[in-house]
Amino acid sequence: MTLAQTEVPRILLADDEAPARQRLRDLLDECRETFPLAIVDEARTGREALDVLNREKVDIVLLDIRMPDMDGLEAARHIAGMAAPPAIIFTTAFDSYAFKAFEVNAIDYLLKPIRRERLLTALNKTRGSPPVSREALAAAANLPRRHLSVHERGKIHLVPLGDVLYLRAELKYVTVRTADREYLVEESLTKLEEEFGEAFVRIHRNCLVARQAIAGFERNAEESESGWAVVIRATGEKLAVSRRQQNVVKQFR
Amino acid sequence: MAKWGTVASINQTGTGIRLPNFCNLGVMLRAVVVVNIFVLAAAILRASSPTAIAAEFLSLAGFAEPALILSLLALCAVRRVLHAVGYVVSWIAVLAFELVLAFFLYHMVRGLIPGGAAMPFTQVALVVLFGTAFTLAYFDLRSRALSPAIAEARIQALQARIRPHFLYNSINAVLSLMRAEPRRAERALEDMADLFRVLMADNRTLAPIGQEVELAKQYLAIEEIRLGDRLRVAWNTERMPGDALVPSLVLQPLLENAVYHGIEPAEAGGEISIEVARAGDRLVISLANPYPGEGRQTAGNRMAIANIKERLQLHFDDEADMRSETTGGVYRVTIRLPYLTAPA
Repeated sequence: MTLAQTEVPRILLADDEAPARQRLRDLLDECRETFPLAIVDEARTGREALDVLNREKVDIVLLDIRMPDMDGLEAARHIAGMAAPPAIIFTTAFDSYAFKAFEVNAIDYLLKPIRRERLLTALNKTRGSPPVSREALAAAANLPRRHLSVHERGKIHLVPLGDVLYLRAELKYVTVRTADREYLVEESLTKLEEEFGEAFVRIHRNCLVARQAIAGFERNAEESESGWAVVIRATGEKLAVSRRQQNVVKQFR
Repeated sequence: MAKWGTVASINQTGTGIRLPNFCNLGVMLRAVVVVNIFVLAAAILRASSPTAIAAEFLSLAGFAEPALILSLLALCAVRRVLHAVGYVVSWIAVLAFELVLAFFLYHMVRGLIPGGAAMPFTQVALVVLFGTAFTLAYFDLRSRALSPAIAEARIQALQARIRPHFLYNSINAVLSLMRAEPRRAERALEDMADLFRVLMADNRTLAPIGQEVELAKQYLAIEEIRLGDRLRVAWNTERMPGDALVPSLVLQPLLENAVYHGIEPAEAGGEISIEVARAGDRLVISLANPYPGEGRQTAGNRMAIANIKERLQLHFDDEADMRSETTGGVYRVTIRLPYLTAPA
């Protein structure tokens, strides 16, 4: 037997309410007999949960849906982008929207108050079954994320959406440009446009620009088939506007 | 059997319909408008040519307006008695009273108006009966339209939206206390029982504000278990007349909203402040909570507000109002209603 197999699953609890976390601890203690486990840490918000994941090795996250700062659904979407994501078990007291979305997308969740037997079943299910896909989570979400997540060296790095100047599709990735640097995310530009369509405008087949990052437009730009280029506020970069998207120039003038 | 009793009462659409409070300015205004529309209709019917409508209207109004004003004053004076005798009896009483009033006015006014004498009393009596019935029927319809019994389906949808969240979270919180702090768990269950007793009762009645405040405190005690020091409450009720009557369950749904939209979404929580005070002949209830501004008004919130507004209208007509505003990250809702106390 290798060392990895003898290790017990490491669990992270995320819930903003102290009594709810205490109750989960009590229940997990009772599960130990049949399902040996270790509780790694507790988190009060989705963001804290991500911080713990950056620090510790975690196998299972018990994730409350409604939490302040960053809710469980957004946190789950960032977690699902990890190279070796932990299994996620959602918990919720009542959220009629989430119920429906989760059922439709075959995402498992536990209803609070949680029964020990139900928790045990969910814990056992994490062995062997594949983690929830990013696509299913995206389909279940009713709100756009407020961050994009970049996964570098096994760590989750959050880029607040307000910092993003533009998104440009490369071969396999999308480049996320902020005032300070560039990041690569493994997502599709079309999906990003669907999610953040209100804050961004498409200027080219391969480029979405944040509305608030547009300083102005320039004529007679080189390498631009329409002759127009968008000037980015923070960096002064000029991005070509395609012939098909020319009408955005009018929109902003 | 008690269970079936409550179910049946929901289906009786007529329950809770009473004559309006004729001392209320809004009701008086409505009565004046309705009666004058009726008088105008009668004038149009009686007039031999379109040019004669104005003259007919004047001669009818010369009789109708004094009758209307005297009736309103009288109905205002005896409203408690009318409410006590029941709806059907009060209708008959009002109709009979109007006939008697019409009889006296007929003999007094007849000499003053040229042409007024042309109408025999039987005809006047019929017009008065129709006019009175028309006005009472208007108030009947209005009362039914605003009746919570009709709005039952909507209210149940509202309950399905906001209460389960509180119910399941609270049960979960109490379960977590069971092992470590059984005494606190007991207390919390008692508070929950009190709260749900009121939530499930007929909330079409008026209740003293003091009782509403007590209930609100019990509700907040339950929420405090889950939210701990994230939930801070400032009560400002030194100038509150505890006996002032308000629609029952006016405060708790507002607090539930404040917790859901103002406290839970904030990592550090926040403070809810409630002020209840008397200002002259009005009672002013004002509640403020931080609004982290997710920019999302849920349907549940809008329905709770609309539901309270509707019940204020039903009880106080235009003499009560409810306003809400968000300024500088603070959501504030203010209710003003007539200061009323239970009859001694």
